[in-house]
Amino acid sequence: MRGPALSLALAALTAPALWAEEIGDVERGQEAFVLCSGCHLVGAGVEEFEMLGPHLNGIYGRRAGSVEGYAYSEGLDRMGSDGLFWTLETLDAYIENPTVLVSGTRMNFDGVPDAEERADILAYLRLYSDNPRDIPEAEPTALPTDPELRLPPEVLAIEGDAEWGEFLAGECLTCHLEAGGNEGIPSIVAWPEDLFVIAMHAYRRGLRPNPTMQMMTERLSDEEIAALAAYFAQLE
Amino acid sequence: MELRRRTFIGAGAAAAATLSAPMVMGQARPRVVVVGGGSGGATAARYLAQDSEGALDVTLIEPQRVYYTCYFSNLYIGGFQEMDALGHTYGKLASDFGVNVVHDWAVGVDNDARTVALASGGSVPYDRLVLSPGIDFVDGSVPGWDVTAQDAMPHAYKGGTQAVLLKAQIEAMPEGGTYCMVAPPNPFRCPPGPYERISMVAHLLTQINPTAKILIVDPKEKFSKQGLFEEGWNNHYAGMVERIGPDFGAANVSVNPDAMEVDIDGTVESVDVCNVIPAMKAGRICEMAGVTDGNWAPVRPENMQSRIDPNITVLGDASQQGDMPKSGFSANSQAKVAANAIRGELTGSRVFPARYSNTCWSLISTEDGVKVGAAYEPADDKISSVSSFISQTGEDAELRKQTYEESLGWYEGITTDMFG
Ligand SMILES: Cc1cc2nc3c(=O)[nH]c(=O)nc-3n(C[C@H](O)[C@H](O)[C@H](O)COP(=O)(O)OP(=O)(O)OC[C@H]3O[C@@H](n4cnc5c(N)ncnc54)[C@H](O)[C@@H]3O)c2cc1C
Ligand code: HEC
Ligand code: HEC
Repeated sequence: MRGPALSLALAALTAPALWAEEIGDVERGQEAFVLCSGCHLVGAGVEEFEMLGPHLNGIYGRRAGSVEGYAYSEGLDRMGSDGLFWTLETLDAYIENPTVLVSGTRMNFDGVPDAEERADILAYLRLYSDNPRDIPEAEPTALPTDPELRLPPEVLAIEGDAEWGEFLAGECLTCHLEAGGNEGIPSIVAWPEDLFVIAMHAYRRGLRPNPTMQMMTERLSDEEIAALAAYFAQLE
Repeated sequence: MELRRRTFIGAGAAAAATLSAPMVMGQARPRVVVVGGGSGGATAARYLAQDSEGALDVTLIEPQRVYYTCYFSNLYIGGFQEMDALGHTYGKLASDFGVNVVHDWAVGVDNDARTVALASGGSVPYDRLVLSPGIDFVDGSVPGWDVTAQDAMPHAYKGGTQAVLLKAQIEAMPEGGTYCMVAPPNPFRCPPGPYERISMVAHLLTQINPTAKILIVDPKEKFSKQGLFEEGWNNHYAGMVERIGPDFGAANVSVNPDAMEVDIDGTVESVDVCNVIPAMKAGRICEMAGVTDGNWAPVRPENMQSRIDPNITVLGDASQQGDMPKSGFSANSQAKVAANAIRGELTGSRVFPARYSNTCWSLISTEDGVKVGAAYEPADDKISSVSSFISQTGEDAELRKQTYEESLGWYEGITTDMFG
């Protein structure tokens, strides 16, 4: 079996639990949480209350989309079923830009662009999690915001060769329907190109857990991903 | 440039209706003839016709009017699919893409004149010939069995009626009776297929005949997704499935269809249903076209072109290409690479580097799906695996359900990709 899931699981077994302070500044995080608190609650007893978003108690190690009774988007639901768990890394990616991990997410939120601010929020949320599962091994100050993981603007700017995309798309149409449709495998037609590119890179980087799509994207170059995005964007 | 998939108006249906007489040689449009309208052939015909936008004259020769997929035929046995839902017709290949569909058998190939002879008489000329006839069985591989015994001891390894027969026989088994499978030696179509079948037979028997027994006589040391299947059989069908491997004589097996007996290295067992899956080889037309070497047709990894006759391309189960398993997914993937290459050669269109992939899902029990997949590229003069994945033992029910649902999406995807 390949990469991420296994190595994270191993890290969870071997790494010492990460304390909130090692992630970021808890106090600043508490202040920054106003960005979230309009939709999310965290703290003792908040499970009772209904908000726009699910409560964030015990979020570390929690399976995505697993709060009983909360109506998640189809995308988040699917990610959870596929085995997406909230870790320092996946949380960071999700709150930086929610669509990276979950296309069509109901979390209608532009994201927190500043890595330090995200770290502070995640440190604050760590206080309400006693389950440090899957937190990757890290130096006290090391954050998952490895710049290599972020998609550079040049990649998003690549102009896709749609004719090449049409050939490459043949490989996708064994599973995805050309006419859209969402029975078991999501529709990928008529997407904005940037969201398509972001989603594809999220599989290639192993942020999204589905092993089939990880394998499909692993050997695609940045240009090929752009070509596919250009081709599929034009289908209806 | 408008890049929506193009609709080919009218011409196909008319051509399909009139093309039964031999065509005249020497016309301007290059002619591609595809033999076999299954996973490889239907896909190739569609992509050749669709992408060439009328620049190629594409004829598909397939005797059956309805193609019943082998994929999901095990789910039919398990009660998760209706047989009707597994049948697909060729109407859209003709009407939407302009393929000339000829319902007939190809019975010979003249490699020099470049014509294919039809069973009904007459012949069809080609510039390029694509063969995707699937498999035939190796005579004598299970002594006592030949195709005339397929009603008494079904293989259910080609689509349609055989699976219906096998299911009916299983349903008619006496209480506590025995279903026996004689599993095939490598290489064979759909490596996890026999073991998915065992799972589905067990599922059916658990409901209608819970004291029945399942016996697998298997000439192979090990098999595809073995850990996953064995875990599943233990979890869902404890005590029902027994497998005899080569260390206990399973490589030396013969059958007696009249007496319903299986002789395993001298020990004779009486069974109630006997599902014999013999050794396999390329569909016979490959031999007639002279493109086989041994049981299979060797091809080049860049484009699936025959190593023996460069005017012939062989796809799917019949081909010997390297690491890809013989599956519908593989045949579909190979067909698109081949279509791109043939089109480039005949019309000068862009040819892109070959790239293949495969994923095979199997259902073990209700909503308990597993998968195995790999990506492939030409390397070392064969199609070589470049990366792979497989479901893990001990996965939770939510993930297994998701995997099963994915397989339903895939079925919809591949059959739409083949037949429009
Ligand atoms: C029980 C079972 C389960 C399976 N499950 C899966 C699965 O889940 N996923 C998967 O990917 N694969 C699966 N497969 C494998 C899959 O069915 C085959 O690998 C695939 O269909 C091969 O495609 P093909 O084009 O080589 O041959 P086929 O699809 O068999 O098509 C061959 C066609 O050629 C026609 N033909 C043959 N000879 C001639 C002739 N002389 N003239 C004209 N026409 C001719 C036949 O009528 C047939 O329609 C399964 C197979 C079985 C038996
Ligand atoms: C505008 C409201 C809104 C804001 C602001 C918001 N969220 Fe969300 N959040 C949601 C909704 C709605 C969902 C459910 C998404 C879905 O179903 O796709 C969600 C889901 C989540 C999840 C996944 C929970 C689960 O159970 O899988 C996390 C984690 C999360 N949000 C964290 C944050 C953080 C941290 C912030 C602040 C930086 C934030 N959100 C800001 C509305 C919001
Ligand atoms: C073997 C089947 C298969 C093939 C082939 C395949 N995909 Fe996927 N794809 C899936 C599945 C299953 C999902 C849902 C994965 C998940 O839950 O994360 C998916 C998800 C996606 C998504 C994200 C959709 C969303 O709603 O978030 C995109 C984009 C995508 N695929 C693009 C492609 C492209 C482009 C190709 C061809 C290069 C391709 N896929 C080939 C099965 C496949």
